[in-house]
Amino acid sequence: MTDNPTPLFSRPYVRMGLLAAGAALATVLVMTLYASIASRKVEGRQSSFKVVDLDEKTVDPAQWGKDFPKQYDGYMKTSERYGTKYGGAGSEALPVSRIKEDPRLVTIFDGYAFAIDFNLRRGHAYMLDDQRNTKRVTTKPQTGACMHCHASNTVAYREAGLKGGAPGTLDEAFTSPNAQAQLMAGFETVSKLPYAEASKLVKHAVACIDCHDPKNMALRVTKPGFLRGIVALANSGEPVPHLPSIEKWRKGDKATPYDANHDASRQELRSMVCGQCHVEYYCGPKATLFFPWNKGLKVEQEEAFYNEYKFADGHRFFDWKHAKTGAEVLKAQHPEFEMWSQGIHARSGVSCADCHMPYVREGAVKISSHQVRSPLLDVSRSCQVCHRFPEEELKARVVAIQDRTKALMDRAEDAVVDLINNLEAAKKTGLDDTKLQPIFELQRKAQWRVDWVNAENSMGFHAPQEAARILGEAIDYARQGQIALRDLGVPNVAKIAKK
Amino acid sequence: MSGKRRLLVFSLAASVFLGVFLGLSTYTFVAAHGTSYLSNDPAVCINCHIMRDDYDGWQHGSHHAVATCNDCHLPHDNVVHKLFVKASNGYHHSKAFTLLNFAEPIRIKPGNAQVLEDNCLRCHAEQTDEITAHGTLGVPSDPNQKADLFGCVRCHQGVGHGPAR
Repeated sequence: MTDNPTPLFSRPYVRMGLLAAGAALATVLVMTLYASIASRKVEGRQSSFKVVDLDEKTVDPAQWGKDFPKQYDGYMKTSERYGTKYGGAGSEALPVSRIKEDPRLVTIFDGYAFAIDFNLRRGHAYMLDDQRNTKRVTTKPQTGACMHCHASNTVAYREAGLKGGAPGTLDEAFTSPNAQAQLMAGFETVSKLPYAEASKLVKHAVACIDCHDPKNMALRVTKPGFLRGIVALANSGEPVPHLPSIEKWRKGDKATPYDANHDASRQELRSMVCGQCHVEYYCGPKATLFFPWNKGLKVEQEEAFYNEYKFADGHRFFDWKHAKTGAEVLKAQHPEFEMWSQGIHARSGVSCADCHMPYVREGAVKISSHQVRSPLLDVSRSCQVCHRFPEEELKARVVAIQDRTKALMDRAEDAVVDLINNLEAAKKTGLDDTKLQPIFELQRKAQWRVDWVNAENSMGFHAPQEAARILGEAIDYARQGQIALRDLGVPNVAKIAKK
Repeated sequence: MSGKRRLLVFSLAASVFLGVFLGLSTYTFVAAHGTSYLSNDPAVCINCHIMRDDYDGWQHGSHHAVATCNDCHLPHDNVVHKLFVKASNGYHHSKAFTLLNFAEPIRIKPGNAQVLEDNCLRCHAEQTDEITAHGTLGVPSDPNQKADLFGCVRCHQGVGHGPAR
């Protein structure tokens, strides 16, 4: 036997052994596949696992994160640094200064806190820190009204309301009449406090509870300014085809006021929750914070409302007196909701969240990304779901719109700065304010329009034609002002303008 | 151990392991609703939860009443071709869903787009004869022709899967 051995792999018992090993290995693979199939099945069935009980008092997003870890991870990632051509400033060190980048803004905002400190935006995670640290807050007295948007405040407002004698307890459902009374009372009180005191009442930046019902995670709006603003909008006659629930409410008996939390569809709420803050509003010391939506959402409708609005002292509404010209002018905040409302995406039923919180796959389930950010950073998930073009093509289309808006905005800013310089020169020649008053009005109109587009965070993309229309008007009003100055005999108007 | 005894032990082991393998494979096949894939039922396509959106969309699409997934997404020229495409898609789908390494949004590949196009023409040949007589149903939206949509569905996007979101 030893002189003529059979080759190893031809021996029957070795073959049998290999067969056994192969079968065992294949079994392992099949079981791995089975495990994978089983876990996909579970993922498909169950999207959350309850670890802690959430209620109307749970403000800390980390607690919500225990039940909804995937959404919480995304929410925390809003601290990640990113940048696009016209937006995003990342998170490392300090955000980029816009007034250093564009000195024209110092002239345009002269006499106002935005001339001191005006930085590019950072992610949601920074909203409270950035506000606590901006020189607009540290060197100028501000009120607690700023908390309306930069902090999670449903509980803080309700607690303050209860302290002030509002009925009920904190345990009552947010939509109950008592809870609403607490919220509104607290909102009034906290808004009047000095910033530093109001700041002590809040711990977290905008958090889960501001947009979600803790019982069932349904979307909801909780910010008092929005709750009042959307009622004012519903009561106006302005068509809002992109908000069908308002149109429907208007056709009804109007027995109860429009209530977004009751009337709006989920798709509308996917924009409204963002519209709680990404809007134009007044939040100064002379009146409680409000949204100027009584006549509609367009730039001239908000302006008309401001022009008719009187402060408690009877004076016409203005944000600040321009330091160089003395004109009483307006400051736009960040009217994203309003600009979006004028655009084709809103008209097509596309919500903020569709692009800024696109669906992402986690295992076998899809969740909306809670890393709220520019769609340009996730074109495939944000845009390609509807627009079936290559990523580069889509990006190029967006940037083309933004480049064009920027070019027009540069001209509009130049025009406003020229008018301001001319007005300053006119005052030096001894022209009195009564004669200059109509030209101050033109400065107010032009500056408001430039700022409406500039402060809006999309560089025109949310509604390209509307942005261009507004900037065109801004240029027109500013140059009209210069022509009027020339008619008043101010020398060298055109020459100064040419500089 | 003698040679015979050794062979017996190894044979026994091989039989047991093979038996276990076959048993567990069958169990996995059943647990994964393996036989359902031989049917034409659209609900089978949402065995993978990834396809829920497409399934929901189809229920809102105008073709809901007249065509199921397989009517549009599998060839109908002969049964061999049909089964081949079904098996090939099935392989790619299960691989993707197991490894979860596919790109999103999910896009149809050129081969499958051709199948789709042929199926449009299968039913709508009379309406499209005048167009196809000139040789083309349009250009792909991607100049590199790697992207998905061309022909009928470039414009008639909503007919199968309903309106986009």
